[in-house]
Amino acid sequence: MNFTFNVEGGDFTNAGAASSHVKKMMKQLGVDAGIVKRTVVALYEAEVNVVAHAFRGVITVDIEEDKIYVKLEDEGPGIPDISQAMQKGFSTASPKVREMGFGAGMGLPNMQSNTDNLVVNSEVGKGTIVEFTNYF
Amino acid sequence: MTIQEIVTHIEGRVVVGAHHLDDNVECAFASDLMSDVLTITSSHKIMLLTGLCNMQTIRTCEMSDIKVILFVRDKKATDEMIELAEENEMVLIETPFSMYRTSGVLFNLGLSPIY
Repeated sequence: MNFTFNVEGGDFTNAGAASSHVKKMMKQLGVDAGIVKRTVVALYEAEVNVVAHAFRGVITVDIEEDKIYVKLEDEGPGIPDISQAMQKGFSTASPKVREMGFGAGMGLPNMQSNTDNLVVNSEVGKGTIVEFTNYF
Repeated sequence: MTIQEIVTHIEGRVVVGAHHLDDNVECAFASDLMSDVLTITSSHKIMLLTGLCNMQTIRTCEMSDIKVILFVRDKKATDEMIELAEENEMVLIETPFSMYRTSGVLFNLGLSPIY
């Protein structure tokens, strides 16, 4: 089962709409509630990151019998040092992002905690690709 | 502790979800930082106390399976927030009390913290 969602940079009103849709789908499919929560928390963190940092992005979700695979590909500034970005407390978020309750440097570490396999690739000046898989 | 008991002790006003007043809340978490809320791993019935009143407060609780949100210092939920909360069968409460006072009152009544 495949889904695609478009995400607009800076659109905080709709940030989370894709995660919400995925949550409903996973619940309908009868996936364990704990796995649903881990998946949508990771996806929501990633979705907020696209809204907070990128110009736009595309989310692709593939749900199979035993796993969910998610890919977020954005056009944006990219991440110069991914290992630094993975450290708790490191953030380049704007004051606006902080006003929304984010930007504390907790997003990527929390995505790591909530996924079975997380891969982040980025090119400065081009964009970032975040991929993760959770097994049922 | 029921939602009704909570509302009574903090001079609360239920904005959405009045039909859930007899539901129980097992513990509470107070934060304006949604990133912190997203790290909660507890599967208890949690209430969030917060002064952050925007769409992402509701979205964060949706993803975190938190069904009860208490806005302190009379923060008012927008129509958009109320609609999203209704969709997710949440309860939204407003209190004139500060975060500190609300936490103190509920803690004294025996509402447990998560951590």
